[in-house]
Amino acid sequence: MQNDTLISLDQEKREYTTLNLGPTHPATHGIFQNVLTMDGEIIVDSEQTIGYIHRAFEKIAEHRPYYQVTPLTDRLNYCSSPINNMGWHMTVEKLLGVEMPKRVDYMRVIIMELARISDHLVCNSVIAVDTGALTGFTYVFQWREKIYDIFESICGARLTTNIGRIGGMERDFTKEVIQSIRDFLANFPKVFAEFCNLLERNRIFMDRIIGTGPISAERALNYGFTGPNLRATGVDYDVRVMNPYSSYQDFDFTIPVGVNGDTYDRFMVRQQEIRESLKIIEQALNNLPEGKFFADVPEFFLPPKVEVYNNMEALIYHFKIVMGEADVPVGEVYHSIEGGNGELGFYLVSDGGRAAYRLHFRRPCFIYYQAFPEMIKGSTLSDAIVAMSSMNVIAGELDA
Amino acid sequence: MTEINNAYLLKEIQEEFGQSLISADEPYGLLTIELESSKILDLLKYLYNHPSIQMQFLTDLCGIHYPQIIGKELGVVYHVHSLIHNLRIRIKCFMPNDQAFIPSITPLYSAANWQERETFDFYGIIFNGHPNLKRILNVDEMDYFPLRKEYPLEDGTRTDKDDTYFGR
Repeated sequence: MQNDTLISLDQEKREYTTLNLGPTHPATHGIFQNVLTMDGEIIVDSEQTIGYIHRAFEKIAEHRPYYQVTPLTDRLNYCSSPINNMGWHMTVEKLLGVEMPKRVDYMRVIIMELARISDHLVCNSVIAVDTGALTGFTYVFQWREKIYDIFESICGARLTTNIGRIGGMERDFTKEVIQSIRDFLANFPKVFAEFCNLLERNRIFMDRIIGTGPISAERALNYGFTGPNLRATGVDYDVRVMNPYSSYQDFDFTIPVGVNGDTYDRFMVRQQEIRESLKIIEQALNNLPEGKFFADVPEFFLPPKVEVYNNMEALIYHFKIVMGEADVPVGEVYHSIEGGNGELGFYLVSDGGRAAYRLHFRRPCFIYYQAFPEMIKGSTLSDAIVAMSSMNVIAGELDA
Repeated sequence: MTEINNAYLLKEIQEEFGQSLISADEPYGLLTIELESSKILDLLKYLYNHPSIQMQFLTDLCGIHYPQIIGKELGVVYHVHSLIHNLRIRIKCFMPNDQAFIPSITPLYSAANWQERETFDFYGIIFNGHPNLKRILNVDEMDYFPLRKEYPLEDGTRTDKDDTYFGR
């Protein structure tokens, strides 16, 4: 950046300040530390320390039956845990070679896109908060609550949802759920338009964030960026289009891309993705096929409780699944989905045992956050804070 | 122009690295090859600069441990993606327990930096040429590599927990 010349002036005579940003800093929205070497207001160098909420998920997953891994995935990117849950279900289904009925696919798409909206709302409104605009945040957080209400009526949980099952959904959408999604589709765009008016073409906001924390497309690809952060640099890589899963090929939507890869582009890509997600939900809801809400895999899909109490076969399967006695094929599979932050991959190695032999989560945050020092070098501390919040680094996903 | 698919990719690799290629398979449609660990950087460079394949996106890098396979206990698994042809490849390199060394691929991919540190942190695999190989998620004082199979999920020396009723 333009400050490079300033830094290179007789290095020896300068004294640098070391500044600890974190581990618990209100502006980092998560527990991770940045040790910044500062030259006045300018960041000369930085080093990150992560792992403060490392919970050894990969080790735990080697000791748990498959269905018990779902709650672990909740806690990766907890801003959009349904996407993580679905990704895990689909990974196991791919290993088993199970095809889902269309209805399940569409239900999953609706849930995943709602989760994506809530994830992007958090990120974008927090960018505004970090620049000093609290208003938008309070508006859209009410609507994030409404999304959580929908999740609650589908699965009973709000934040860490554990939604869906391997082999389908735990229950069908009720009339109330469909109605609440329709209400959301009808009313949210008005609120969202207000939020857009507040920020998108706001001169002060634009001047504040245009050009902060930029990264080029080449560097972003080399750093393994995915998701909105990569698309902000102009690369149109989206797993939903590149390797469609869960019937995403049925829907008509566009992939927004940015140009400069700076904070404003990341903000705008997320804004546009919210609109595209609304389009997808509407299409999925209007074309929701009739049919069963689970696939015919009794060895893996937990049967409904009524069946378990009144039907011998269902009781046996329930017992086998809960005790982890179901036979799993030997094999290895990599499945990735488009999470809130980018390509969320699951590398699963099965040796036929009750638990995974090896499970590795490809967490998008973990991979792109390592580019942070390069992105903020030569910028001011306040720009670094905005750049960090626009990258949407979620500590749970970072540390697994 | 020939179609860029798994068969073409495998043929190109066989021509250039036939000596070091140990096995090739295609589970769930994803080309999986096993390679001598010393050749990994060369192969990835070749795939990166190949005029038609252009595998320039490192998707994932992780370790794996098979304690019962003597001489090939520790492994590193690479997933590389060609965004132009939407083609993935999985490359596995195995090493014996007492010689867990492999060339670092950080000169090629900046993304490998933390992923190699993570693999070192959990499996103790040394990446030769890595700029800053130290633990990343665990504490620096840790003296073992927790994802190796010989380490139990919970510390057996703990006395503050009573697991009698949980069947453990």
